Amino acid sequence: MECMMCEILYLEKEDQAYQHQFILHAALDVVQDLAWTTNAMSLKSVDRFNELVVSVYVTAGHTRFMLLHDTRTEDGIKSFFQEVHELYIKIFLNPLYLPGSRITSSHFDTKVRALARKYL
Amino acid sequence: MIGVGKAKQYANVLDKPLSRGRQEVSLSAFAFLFSELVQYNQTQVDNIAELERRLEDAGYAVGARVLELLCHREKGNRRETRLLGILSFIHSTVWKVLFGKVADSLEKGTEHEDEYMISEKELLVNRFISVPKDMGAFNCGAFVAGIVRGVLDNAGFPAVVTAHFVPIEGQQRPRTTILIKFAEEVLHREARLG
Repeated sequence: MECMMCEILYLEKEDQAYQHQFILHAALDVVQDLAWTTNAMSLKSVDRFNELVVSVYVTAGHTRFMLLHDTRTEDGIKSFFQEVHELYIKIFLNPLYLPGSRITSSHFDTKVRALARKYL
Repeated sequence: MIGVGKAKQYANVLDKPLSRGRQEVSLSAFAFLFSELVQYNQTQVDNIAELERRLEDAGYAVGARVLELLCHREKGNRRETRLLGILSFIHSTVWKVLFGKVADSLEKGTEHEDEYMISEKELLVNRFISVPKDMGAFNCGAFVAGIVRGVLDNAGFPAVVTAHFVPIEGQQRPRTTILIKFAEEVLHREARLG
């Protein structure tokens, strides 16, 4: 069952937004299979499209964090994912949060954007 | 209010650190809360199966959160991809954090390939609960069964989990067994992963 909880468009140009979303969704199947081959949460880059790369981080509950970016260093992305994971756990622990539903907290949005500026 | 070592006040829960916090909660407080949960659900349903299902659903929500939190805290961000891995994770880590001790035993079912059992002499949630005769085989361990199902389901191992009383000769109170029956796809994937 696929549900998208949060989509943050960072440095997006309008005309390419749809294409980027399509690339990310197309990479979902690859992630499904790849997730079962390793114990680690960070799956690094799983798919390429022209000069764009999709990096993925899978949590224990099989929630996927997917990042579409142009070719760049891996370290910043891994730390970024780890920090976002911590934020996600704090949202998830809320007993009134329905797992799989959209994350509407503006504070969460602000924090993720700040992390993106810091690490990416 | 007398200030006793002012703890830092955080504006939003997202700013608070995800620390271990206090490890223990008062048993009587939990027992009271759980009994209220059961009583509340009793007024809402007509039959026992429905009551067990509601308790299980309550446990499911707990299980989902426990999985995420414990994998992050205890296991340093490593996921479980194998059946035995996730079962021993539940049997030791989850049980230790929730009930203060590891589960009494983890067994593989003899009749079916897809059945596993976690047994406990006395489930913490059942300690202060007495079931009247007319409720038959009702077991408040359905809450714990729900927790286990929540952990398994979210980790990618869908299963049907139920709690049963198993009478043991020589003991007045029966032992509780959590029976886990995995879905077909889990076994196929396990076989595929080798």
